[in-house]
Amino acid sequence: MSEFMDRLVARADTDGLLDVAYATLDTPLGTAMVAATPRGLVRVALPNEDLDRVLTRLAADVSPRLLEFPARLDEARRELEEYFEHRRDQFELPLDWRLTHAGFYRRVLRATARVPFGEVITYGDAAKRAGSPRAVRAAGTALGSNPIPIVVPCHRVIRSGGAIGNYGGGPEMKRFLLELEGALS
Amino acid sequence: MAAALPPFQVFLDEHLQPVRAFLRGMVGPNDADDCLQETFLAALRAYPRAEATNLRSWIFTIARRKAIDHHRSRRRRPQPVGEPEELIDRQASAGSASSALGMSARHSEIWTAVAELPPSQRAAVVLRFAVDLRYREVGEALGTSEEAARQSVHEGLKKLRARADDLKEMAR
Repeated sequence: MSEFMDRLVARADTDGLLDVAYATLDTPLGTAMVAATPRGLVRVALPNEDLDRVLTRLAADVSPRLLEFPARLDEARRELEEYFEHRRDQFELPLDWRLTHAGFYRRVLRATARVPFGEVITYGDAAKRAGSPRAVRAAGTALGSNPIPIVVPCHRVIRSGGAIGNYGGGPEMKRFLLELEGALS
Repeated sequence: MAAALPPFQVFLDEHLQPVRAFLRGMVGPNDADDCLQETFLAALRAYPRAEATNLRSWIFTIARRKAIDHHRSRRRRPQPVGEPEELIDRQASAGSASSALGMSARHSEIWTAVAELPPSQRAAVVLRFAVDLRYREVGEALGTSEEAARQSVHEGLKKLRARADDLKEMAR
């Protein structure tokens, strides 16, 4: 039935009925998922997340017209593969920010998206760059709610004392990413 | 609060095979996949407005409409003579329904007879024997009561049995 599926999904895409497309990809950390709307990458699910739950949430929060359609994710998957193979230090993907709360949270995440590969900032820096220097805890919450991890590099935000801090995928994963970027030497 | 719709991919994975079996019974194996495309494309289009509590009935209703549209458009253009492969295919797909009717797959005339039943009886017979739904589920899929579904299947089977007797007479 896979030929049937290919035909159906391609037609759905042509007819503008595919509100959310997703695909899985293998990473050194396990199987991740990427999802995109016609506007851009909307969600990256780390390997520790439950795929069924992520899809159910996407159906509720973006649109139930959600189908597996790797073709729309070709560019995202390629860039992520290159990143994990040390061949890319910057993502050039259009992003769809709709899953982040407009306002302070989104400003924190946008500021974080500009932290270069190999560098780290503190939660206080992130709060300051988002325009509210005193909102350090809220900046942490904003980073914790990041729907597009890795591509929006919330792992580059650490504690002011040098401790690595929390991460949605767990501190091990954060350490792995920072080591991959050579930011922990 | 209304129940949330599952992701379309999940809905599709759950219903693809039963709807396919239904359409094979309704329009035959050669045209079933085209009708299946039309069915799920129409479903995707309307999906955000679907009622999450009764998706099976909803998708079978769409499939039934597509099968009826298909028969209408077939009647408007000249009927092509079936290719040999088509006839073999028709016999193959007749297996489950005809064996359920206590006949060997050889009796593919029965399948032709199924195709000649009035649409509601045909749909009920196919859902009961090719998709293997219970009467309650047949009723749900057709938007009728369990009792009405049972009645449609009963009437359909009566016609099929009469037809089988005719065939036996002719074979004598």
